[in-house]
Amino acid sequence: MARDTLLAAAEVGWADPARLHAEGRQARALLDRSREVVAAGLGVRPSEVSFLPSGPTALARAVDGVSYAARRRGARTVASAVEHSAVLVPGRARAAAAEDPALLAEVGVDRAGRLDLDAWRAALAVPGSVVAVLQSANGEVGTRQPLATARDAAAAHGTPLVVDAMASLGRDDVPAAWDVLVGDARSWGGPPLGILVVREGVRWQWSQARADVEHGRSDVTPWVPLALAAAEAWQQSAATRDDDARTAHALVDEIRAAAAAVPDTEVVGDPDDRLPHVVTFSSLYVDGEAVVGAFDAAGFAVASGSACTSSTLEPSHVLAAMGVLTHGNVRVTLPLPAVSPALADDVAAFTAAIGPTVRGVRDQLGVADL
Amino acid sequence: MSGADESEVVDARGERCPLPVIRLARRVAERPHLRFVTVLATDPAAAHDVPAWCRMRGHRFVEARAEDGHTAYVVEVVRPSRPAAGP
Repeated sequence: MARDTLLAAAEVGWADPARLHAEGRQARALLDRSREVVAAGLGVRPSEVSFLPSGPTALARAVDGVSYAARRRGARTVASAVEHSAVLVPGRARAAAAEDPALLAEVGVDRAGRLDLDAWRAALAVPGSVVAVLQSANGEVGTRQPLATARDAAAAHGTPLVVDAMASLGRDDVPAAWDVLVGDARSWGGPPLGILVVREGVRWQWSQARADVEHGRSDVTPWVPLALAAAEAWQQSAATRDDDARTAHALVDEIRAAAAAVPDTEVVGDPDDRLPHVVTFSSLYVDGEAVVGAFDAAGFAVASGSACTSSTLEPSHVLAAMGVLTHGNVRVTLPLPAVSPALADDVAAFTAAIGPTVRGVRDQLGVADL
Repeated sequence: MSGADESEVVDARGERCPLPVIRLARRVAERPHLRFVTVLATDPAAAHDVPAWCRMRGHRFVEARAEDGHTAYVVEVVRPSRPAAGP
């Protein structure tokens, strides 16, 4: 879907929308139209929507803008411990550079990955807290976060809430409780494109603002075909969105049940209050790299949060914060049915393969008796 | 050492996940009188996986101690060993 729409969009929207020639004006009109479509889909005004080079860029920008606008009140960020690394890594770097660990509060989660609201309230009460960041749902384990309550807690201190919806837009209900919203068109089958929505009236100013590009929220004019393809993908997937979500939710239930039946395997994340299309499980005594390789050899593309599959030696910070096993981790993200027409058959084959694949990896390690 | 209060060290320094946990489980399985095991590990995943293994197997995670260039994870073996209730 993304490929076809992108190819078509490249045919008509290749020109620079900042130019005044006919092609430029056409590109500008297409960019405006794309913004209107995305804004309507999210239930916001086009003036509130900016396109940025990527979702993580938009997320870092969202935090920067709230924080910079409130710089006279403080510089402290309050975020959950399972936020995207685009929040946590720069946040930790700022705290380290200022030799002030309080500049980033990483609020803990429970075993399912859900925010500890008492700790969240306590963190927001610390003077100098100027921005709160919470994901709508976790892209690794699927657990939804209590956005409405979390936003009320932030609003009680006059602190805007940035909601990271990069994992959920197009797959789950559009979040309502936020002051700044961030998405990535990839989550609804579009191309990589960051979406930054700043609600009217929210104090927001990019610390590096130079020109009035994308409402002063970017220094890069979006490549119009990307914006057009993102809007097209939103419209194409909108008609079947609720059905697709129900289908994915039921298929993930099947994967969860099959994985839970494998000895010493924990399915993590909330079983019900979760994204429809994401499932993660960890098998004891299993090498994450080996199990991903074994599934790959059997024709299944899965991911892993285990340390041995990452470029660093660190396991997934999400699994670590939840206190669950980090090795032997397998993560499945179901594609949209439009992209993968044989989805149900593929899932059935996958559920049948989980037990034998895990057993095979354990046999290679000689741990079947442990 | 012998008797019911044996204590041993598993040196898993330099080994990557899941090997430290496998070596820990192997030692506990092979030594029925073992009461305390200290796992020495450099793999950062051990900080999460040793406590998770204890929870899944019904043992007690005592503490993690930073030592010179590695971490020591102390586990109290609870017998009969029984996995924690499933999810």
